[in-house]
Amino acid sequence: MIRNWIQRITLTDVIVWGVGILILTGVVWGSIVTLGIGKYSTATWIDLTISGLALGGVYALIALGYTLVYGILRMINFAHSEVFMSGPFTATFAAQALIAIGWWNRYPWLSLLIVMAVAAAVSSSIAILLERVAYRPLRGAPRLVPLITAIGASFFLQYTFRGLYGSGLKAYPEMEIFKGVWMLGSVRIFKTQAAAIVGAIVMMLILYGIVQYTKLGKAMRSVSEDKEVAALMGINVDRVITSTFALGGASAGVAGILYLLLFPVANFFMGFFPGLKAFTAAVLGGIGNVPGAFLGAMVLGLLESIGPNLFLDGLGVPAAGQLKDAIAFTILVFILIFRPSGILGERLTQTKA
Amino acid sequence: MRTTSISPWKQAFQSGLLGGAIAVLLALVGMVAAFSGRYIVSGVFTMGQFLFLAPILFLAYMTLRRAPQMPPFRLLQTGMVSGAASGAVIAVFVLIGSVVNLRVMFINASPQLYGILTFNQGVGIGALILLVAGLLLGALAAGIILLPERTRKTIVQAALWVFTIGLLRDLIVTVSFRWGPLAAIIKQFFAVSGLTPVGAAILIALIGGIRYWQLGKNDPHAVTFFNNTKPTVRWLRLGLAGVILLLLPPILGIFFSEILDNVAMYILMGLGLNIVVGFAGLLDLGYVAFFAIGAYVMGVMTSPELGFFNMTWWEALPFALVTSFIAGVILGLPVLRLRGDYLAIVTLGFGEIVRLLVLSDWLRPWLGGTQGIQRIAQPQIGNFVFNTQQELYYLFLAGLGIVAFIAWRLKDSRLGRSWMALREDEDVAKAMGINHVTTKLLAFATGALFSGLAGTIFAAKLTSVYPHSMNFLVSINVLSLIIIGGMGSIPGVFVGALVLIAAPELLREFAEFRYLVYGALLVTMMLTKPEGLWPEERRRLELHEEEHSPAVSAD
Repeated sequence: MIRNWIQRITLTDVIVWGVGILILTGVVWGSIVTLGIGKYSTATWIDLTISGLALGGVYALIALGYTLVYGILRMINFAHSEVFMSGPFTATFAAQALIAIGWWNRYPWLSLLIVMAVAAAVSSSIAILLERVAYRPLRGAPRLVPLITAIGASFFLQYTFRGLYGSGLKAYPEMEIFKGVWMLGSVRIFKTQAAAIVGAIVMMLILYGIVQYTKLGKAMRSVSEDKEVAALMGINVDRVITSTFALGGASAGVAGILYLLLFPVANFFMGFFPGLKAFTAAVLGGIGNVPGAFLGAMVLGLLESIGPNLFLDGLGVPAAGQLKDAIAFTILVFILIFRPSGILGERLTQTKA
Repeated sequence: MRTTSISPWKQAFQSGLLGGAIAVLLALVGMVAAFSGRYIVSGVFTMGQFLFLAPILFLAYMTLRRAPQMPPFRLLQTGMVSGAASGAVIAVFVLIGSVVNLRVMFINASPQLYGILTFNQGVGIGALILLVAGLLLGALAAGIILLPERTRKTIVQAALWVFTIGLLRDLIVTVSFRWGPLAAIIKQFFAVSGLTPVGAAILIALIGGIRYWQLGKNDPHAVTFFNNTKPTVRWLRLGLAGVILLLLPPILGIFFSEILDNVAMYILMGLGLNIVVGFAGLLDLGYVAFFAIGAYVMGVMTSPELGFFNMTWWEALPFALVTSFIAGVILGLPVLRLRGDYLAIVTLGFGEIVRLLVLSDWLRPWLGGTQGIQRIAQPQIGNFVFNTQQELYYLFLAGLGIVAFIAWRLKDSRLGRSWMALREDEDVAKAMGINHVTTKLLAFATGALFSGLAGTIFAAKLTSVYPHSMNFLVSINVLSLIIIGGMGSIPGVFVGALVLIAAPELLREFAEFRYLVYGALLVTMMLTKPEGLWPEERRRLELHEEEHSPAVSAD
């Protein structure tokens, strides 16, 4: 048994595992050193955790778009980061308009709802358009073809919005109600972060509900199981796919507004990194799996937020915060290599159908 | 996607609306205004006008071509419906713009733009002109279809030639500057921007005449110097191309030589990525990493500023190449098991990791951080230092010659065929006894090697490297050019580089819209002609097979 196992190990495995163990040792060692020195106070760690959760919430909502589309079409919608960008970028104009008519601080909740609706509507429309123009004609083409189309569409959208709205940064105005902090006992929490966490959880529950308990959700799950049989059962497959893109788009649009609460500037490039990280989150949790996307996103948000201070600092890396993106990508690479099926590792359909 | 049930009228109307929408989009992203200063025919027709009129013509033409057979008069009517619909969309846009201030949201919706769209005739008359222009363009589209083939080809090709010559005015005038009496004649054709109207007319007549006469001879299989397959003629052709390539820098002058260098650099990278993506079918989005590694190793080895090794360029070259090659293997190892989408994302992540590491303060003492590395050595042979753009061109050319030769020989080698087998079906290839580990690793490593070579010459060209020149967009440039040229096709790399790298640098207004156009090109290319401009034979056959499956059928 063991001999068999040893015989099957190739040089590749040895090297890959070697690198993996090396990095893991580095992480553990760095963490021990950092904690040993006691450089950061408990309050700092709590702050980092909360900001990690807030970020994770945003990633979760974006990741949902990747996961839903993957579950149904078995393709990665590379242009989803641009779907995410389009909504909030447009919504900044709605916010400016609301300020101009004086609603922004007088009816803050209504304004927030309007801004979110605008973002969700724009992102949804872009997602539907994308599917219609770029993906639908290519169903059944060799795998590389839709992938390249997606990359092309991503650049087209990015630079179209750059052309339409300009290349500068658009400030997202702050709301009075989200200024300052709340104290939960001795824990300090920024109101924007609280809003992002709560917003993400609520939105996530709504979407989960749609996928699990509505007729549309049922249709989506059956299409993801088997397109042809679903069509035989009287389900309009094209419409279901369109709805999936719309749902993912809307979720990304709302995520965009939550993202703007945390980092209040929008520009045409704002989708690239969150999009990539949300993809990482989706893979981390197990792509095609809705709760997995949530879990993966939270884990990623936490690692990205705590990681630089926890283990890079301990290893003596200066200005470790610069490398937080590198941490996310390293996680992505290693997850895909060691456990491509992710943490939960099952598809939507296999568990809940 | 529904096809026959819609009446031709409705279809024409819809595609007309689409054409108008495309024109408005082009106007709103700023392309129309940006190009309105560039005349094709001086005082008559600008590139900006072309940009918003061409979609109308194109969509009308496409509708008519797809529509079922109909009598000429119906065809004319349908075309005009489509054209008028497009014109109406633009007119409505202008009317809305004149009432509402769209500029709050769309930065390009300026009065200047409305002026261009209405031919500077004011809103009311302008809207009318737009409608009429739409009608005329629709009629033109019908006309193009109704003409007999020979006349049609003549007219279309003459128009395309004149269009291209008008656009390339700067290049032609600058280059012909030293041609003595010929320069004087050529100059007569051109105005400050674009062709003079008289020049354009003469050119149309000239080119049209020649093409008409040529098409009249009408023997497509005639053996000419360009398609003769006899070995002697082939070598002669190759020799001629070589001589022209050697003479290019003195002909083109300093400014255009720099463009030439960039094109050569991208061809070098394209040939490498072509092996990874085109031959082996592994979509690599982090290709810039190897370019960066080549350039940075060269920097670290030679720059006296960091003062580690102080080598000469030639001494450092083997180290840079070996490092790139090893980096290719290192990236290849972990991703061996991944396919398609996952592979693309992991390589993208890898590219970003390299960039972030180079940029970080952590590695600053060794790699210079955001400041980059300066004072990189330039190659020297005897007392001759390659330091001007024109001299460096020969270095690129030498590298290109070697790399192109290797790529060409690899393609039909045992290794090359293994790559293609893996591309087509990995499991079958494995079952046929192909060692997928070495084969894939060699693909990554060879690609990395070529890219690293490009990086070393790039470092010598600028004598400095910065993390900012190593961003994701470089990977996208290279990927776009091999896809547009034709994946797996070596001539395709050259064609793609000429189209995608040279064109934006020749038309400076284009720079801002570069990636927008790349993106659109990639999508349209995949939808209409996935095999590329200069396809590889095998891939063309493979993709044509797809056309018969119902899933791909367009409406």
